[in-house]
Amino acid sequence: MEIAQNILLTIATAATPLLIAAIGELIVERSGVLNLGVEGMMVIGAVCGFAAAILTGNAWIGVAAGIAGGALLSLLFGFLTLSLATNQVATGLSLTLLGIGLSGLIGEGFVGKAGVRLPTLDIPVLTDIPLVGRLIFGQDPIFYMSIALTAGVMWFLFRTRAGLTLRSIGDNHKSAHALGIPVIRYRYLAVMFGGACAGLAGAHLSIVYTPQWVENMTAGRGWIALALVVFGSWRPWRVLAGAYLFGAVTIGQLHAQALGFGIPSQLLSSLPYLATIVVLVLISRDRRLTTMNTPASLGQPFVPDR
Amino acid sequence: MKKLVLGLASALAIMVATSASAQDKYKACFIYLGPKTDGGWTQAHDIGRQYVEEKLGDKVETAYLENVPEGPDSQRAIERFARSGCGIIFTTSFGYMDPTLAVAEKFPDVKFEHATGFKTAPNVTTYNSRFYQGRYIIGKIAGKMSKTGVAGYIASFPIPEVVMGINGFLLGARSVNPDFKLKVVWVNTWHDAGKEADAAKALIDQGVDIITQHTDSAAPMQIAEERGIHAFGQAFDQIEAGPNAQLTAIMDTWGPYYVKKIQAAMDGTWKGGEQSWDGLAEGILAMAPYTNMPDDVKAMAEDTEAKIESGELHPFTGPVNKQDGTVWLKEGEVSDDGTLLGMDFYVEGVDDKLPQ
Repeated sequence: MEIAQNILLTIATAATPLLIAAIGELIVERSGVLNLGVEGMMVIGAVCGFAAAILTGNAWIGVAAGIAGGALLSLLFGFLTLSLATNQVATGLSLTLLGIGLSGLIGEGFVGKAGVRLPTLDIPVLTDIPLVGRLIFGQDPIFYMSIALTAGVMWFLFRTRAGLTLRSIGDNHKSAHALGIPVIRYRYLAVMFGGACAGLAGAHLSIVYTPQWVENMTAGRGWIALALVVFGSWRPWRVLAGAYLFGAVTIGQLHAQALGFGIPSQLLSSLPYLATIVVLVLISRDRRLTTMNTPASLGQPFVPDR
Repeated sequence: MKKLVLGLASALAIMVATSASAQDKYKACFIYLGPKTDGGWTQAHDIGRQYVEEKLGDKVETAYLENVPEGPDSQRAIERFARSGCGIIFTTSFGYMDPTLAVAEKFPDVKFEHATGFKTAPNVTTYNSRFYQGRYIIGKIAGKMSKTGVAGYIASFPIPEVVMGINGFLLGARSVNPDFKLKVVWVNTWHDAGKEADAAKALIDQGVDIITQHTDSAAPMQIAEERGIHAFGQAFDQIEAGPNAQLTAIMDTWGPYYVKKIQAAMDGTWKGGEQSWDGLAEGILAMAPYTNMPDDVKAMAEDTEAKIESGELHPFTGPVNKQDGTVWLKEGEVSDDGTLLGMDFYVEGVDDKLPQ
């Protein structure tokens, strides 16, 4: 039954970057800002993380650099959409293009180099427990960070005053402004948190998942993360479930192919996306579920009247 | 009106300027599928382009466009090159086939070379490399090296080129181990390191102890290294990603071909409608050093390479059955190139259903 644990480990590795990026975007969208540049910030996180890890020989510095890279790029998005009140959709899309181009430029000297891998956790005795040992006690540190991040965001949003304030800004920024809440400041912090998470997700790709740098290595994962936020109807634990469902179907279809069931591979490859659509349809049937959680001022620029 | 005249005059001046510089230098252009530093397919072509600059020096000017998606979108990119004074345009991926032909029809004076396709025109040739020769060699190595007798094959898209590679690999493996089995996983992408790594993990979890791939990144090689099994490099020597895992690699060496064809285009001896399909003998592909294997396996691989190079051995020689058990090649019969280039069936022993 060792194979079951191996499959679960592979699923966890595939789901972790999606989960981290989606949780970051969830906070951004809860504050009422739509940042479509997740893919761009993620790929910048991947290249910064990889480069820093190679130059210093320390994977942890790479992780920090990935987070910083993503946050820095998101700051640009924040300046444009929050301070200059540009269109969020257009700015987000161009952020992705910028991120992909810029990462190619930064990464040019690092192609084909062997990367530095973040060591996995290894606790004597506990990690060696059959079936579940490596799953619970033997994964990479970023996996544990992703779970802690989900729990932390849940607690922050629904158990703290700042979380309540953030949600109220996302629902009605004019009222929040009238109450004297610093809307723009909150949003800047939310956008940067989202950027940092996307950067961390990218660093996971280039330091844990496949320790190497190739251009466009995020290969659309940023877009999936964006979809997962809607899929999870802006609720952290549902986003987690979505990320793992997506990961499970992705890995499951590869195993189904290797077993040779004779199901057309094109159909199998599209299964993760089909599963996402089916769940979205099921969720949308209950209007309360979707409308209640959607931040009402999502994507609307806010200019405080002076 | 004055403005219009001025505009026309300046446009004319620009045209004269470009045509003058075009006369000095011959312009050779390349359309790339991926980034030029992808560590695989596209990088191999770009090294070929750099080889051209090195060999032909001042006589030629090269240009390239990266990340051009396959299909109708690529037509604009190719057309842009055709308008910008390129004398010869190399379109370096299978999916550029119809767009290349469409642009070629509009620009009869521009020469086009399409990689791995099968359609030509008076000003379009195709060129390809007999990758299956390398695949046969690595198949033989796998047959000797695998303890489980099962190899995993990470495949991109079910086009003839890829199917031919799978068949060549299996025939090689079965020539030394008649019970050899092959598991195939289609990832439906050329370039997604994460997905390729996932496929490698899935295959290893299901008991394969040798991995080979027809996708572009070095991720499967890394996974093989991590899990302590063997793998083969793709398009490129990937020894850095797998110092203990790589047995050898099939390396694409396009440079000499590009030099030959650009020189022919400059000399006026270039002919359209041709289909070039070179192999190990002509040096369009080469094997990376054989490593991480016992001496007898190495000797066998070198011997096979020499025999293919001399023409003594053709990987697709009968008796070979199709997957359903019907006879494809009779004893001693050698497949013709047409069948290989349009290959849409598996040979006996592939544990997969070919996607249609």
